[in-house]
Amino acid sequence: MTPHGMTPHGMTSHKMTPNETTSHEMTLLRGARPLGGRPVDVLLADGLIAEIGPKLPVPDGAELIDAGGAVLLPGLVDLHAHLREPGREDAETVATGSAAAALGGYTAVHAMANTNPVADNAEIVEQVLVLGRQAGLVDVRPVGAVSAGLAGERLAEIGSMARSAAAVRVFSDDGHCVADARLMRRALEYLKPFDAVLAQHAQDPQLADGAACAHEGELSGRLGLAGWPAVAEESIIARDVMLTRHTGSRLHVCHVSTGGSVEVIRWAKSRGIDVTAEVCPHHLLLTCDLLTGYDPVYKVNPPLRPAEDVEALRAGLADGTIDAVATDHAPHAPHDKDHAFGDAAFGILGLQTALGVVISVMVETGLLDWAGLADRMSVRPAVIGRLAGHGRPIVAGEPANLTLVDPAQRWTVVPGELASLASNTPYAGRELPGRVLATFLRGRATVAGGELVRSRRPAVTGS
Amino acid sequence: MARHLLSAADLTPKEIGQILDSAEQMDAIQNREVKKLPALRGRTVVNLFFEDSTRTRSSFEIAGKWLSADVINVSAKGSSVSKGESLRDTALTVAAMGVDALVVRHASSGAVQRIAGWVDCHVVNAGDGTHEHPTQALLDAFTLRRRLGELTGRHVVIVGDLTHSRVARSNVLLLRSLGAQVTLVAPPTLMPAGVASWDCVTSWDLDATLAGKVAGDVDAVMMLRVQRERMTGGYFATEREYAASYGLGPARLDLLPEHAPVLHPGPMNRGLEISSMAADSPRSVVLDQVRAGVAVRMAVLYHVVAGADEPAGLAGAGVAG
Repeated sequence: MTPHGMTPHGMTSHKMTPNETTSHEMTLLRGARPLGGRPVDVLLADGLIAEIGPKLPVPDGAELIDAGGAVLLPGLVDLHAHLREPGREDAETVATGSAAAALGGYTAVHAMANTNPVADNAEIVEQVLVLGRQAGLVDVRPVGAVSAGLAGERLAEIGSMARSAAAVRVFSDDGHCVADARLMRRALEYLKPFDAVLAQHAQDPQLADGAACAHEGELSGRLGLAGWPAVAEESIIARDVMLTRHTGSRLHVCHVSTGGSVEVIRWAKSRGIDVTAEVCPHHLLLTCDLLTGYDPVYKVNPPLRPAEDVEALRAGLADGTIDAVATDHAPHAPHDKDHAFGDAAFGILGLQTALGVVISVMVETGLLDWAGLADRMSVRPAVIGRLAGHGRPIVAGEPANLTLVDPAQRWTVVPGELASLASNTPYAGRELPGRVLATFLRGRATVAGGELVRSRRPAVTGS
Repeated sequence: MARHLLSAADLTPKEIGQILDSAEQMDAIQNREVKKLPALRGRTVVNLFFEDSTRTRSSFEIAGKWLSADVINVSAKGSSVSKGESLRDTALTVAAMGVDALVVRHASSGAVQRIAGWVDCHVVNAGDGTHEHPTQALLDAFTLRRRLGELTGRHVVIVGDLTHSRVARSNVLLLRSLGAQVTLVAPPTLMPAGVASWDCVTSWDLDATLAGKVAGDVDAVMMLRVQRERMTGGYFATEREYAASYGLGPARLDLLPEHAPVLHPGPMNRGLEISSMAADSPRSVVLDQVRAGVAVRMAVLYHVVAGADEPAGLAGAGVAG
């Protein structure tokens, strides 16, 4: 437990700060179904859910949106996205990534630390925070690096980042595993005063090195691609949950990709170890068979796995062993993908397609209901990230961070039409359920009628 | 014949037979004073090599020249990833120079398949990563056929670093297409993932295999190069132990039936996977393989690039003249 008085600046609760824009617009959603329940009217005012009830009158000056029975969800929260800024603004910027997120139904996104320069100090995380506020479409929550320069050798300035205006609560070397057991142990301990979580990219570099690019199995052997065995992930998770138990810290496992990992996490949770885990939409839908044509659009880390793993991941997400869906949104410029499979960059776009994929594999299959989807895509991610104001119940008085989705409207993914600068989506031409009709960030529509609504006034910036 | 030759699996048994028959004709010209056929006159073939290779590149170069093609060698090693140029840009740039065929070698598996998807010209795989090397398998089949006759029912043993071998993958596919039996022999560390599902027998025991105790009598043995760097990866303990367990030394040579040739794709590590006694014995067909390489690659270019559907020996190829 966190000792009282140890939390600097009392930032754990992350209250809404004055420079986060609060809308004074009023919107009445007519006939929305909160968590897929009975249709009601929902009034948003002053950034909050003002009133919920049947047949609410339209207040003067309020915008009326006919929800037509669409499902109302708490705004989605992504624990894991690569927004590429600073450093690779040709692949994505905080602004374009935020647009993709809003269109995908997100109201908050955690931006990974593997930028250039690396987000391993307060200055960079505050820069990313400011870029997010300037874009003004989602709450961009910077993730801090665990180790300086992601080099896995010494700790990054975790305290400074936690105490900065960005109030970092998630630390990760994602892209790299914190492989050194001693550094991992120390990092878990060091995070404790900040109520922060260490989000581990579980990949033993001895068992799966940088060349490893395909699930190790029959297909990798036949295609001659360097194998990325399941055990390289599972053994690190096993080690890390024991270190977490030993240190009494908090661990989050990024992009779980194998059935064995689900078993280890299930066991750890049964022993009361404070571990949470996420799974990516692509690991819930796609299998390694797609690598047959050597197209790097399917190259992702960890790699796509066989169907039995996909089944185990769905089951783990359904029973709550896996807490969250996280996109691992990883935009890449075309010239980083137009290579041989082994030489191309790892990564798949995710922000704009995650909800559709999860509806199709979890809701349409009956594995999760809408409340379950909201729990895995909003409620629990917000708790893991210690993000106040998101993932809250849809009741009067709560912040109006909401997503309105019509599950009956299906749409076809066209790479060039996505809001990301990059177009490396594996879902090109695929039809997905669930069109996002509107997204509200503190009462302001960032998406309306399925289209992006640019901020009407520039957000106040600076810390 | 198909537009490209990317994998040994692309070829039907009939097409393999046509290529090998044409190669017999092509081989005959090696005995001539003037080694030149007009089949590819006016065509341009680029050997686009992203990875160092002396023997395969030379073999393709000679094959193209003897067919009267204009052959250009482009060494593109390290040109794409390190210099910021994409593989696509490199391939399209070279292909844009009015090229009829690209013969491509690349260190990454699948690179040649990707290039074939981007360019308009013919593409021949001269080895992609640890995936395939189809012309090597064709020249091995050619060499074996000369020694053993038709390969249906013959039993070929392939020994060595199978995990990292494009030669083994292409040979298994091609030999199985021709109806031969294949046994792969390696320590477990050098067996490809999922090899149990391949259409062949596998064994960790070379002595038992050569003695006919694993999959019956042996008709040929192919020794693969083992890179010494594999030791640091923990694939095997020492050179001495590897040679003792999987090398073709004198005692193992004696286990082979009289008629069985010894193949090696080269370059050989003498004393590691093959003893000098085996390499220099009358059973060794290593130089026959090299010679066959030129004939087989001529036949491949003839069928794939000139688009010939019948075996050479036609007036058009000028073979009979």
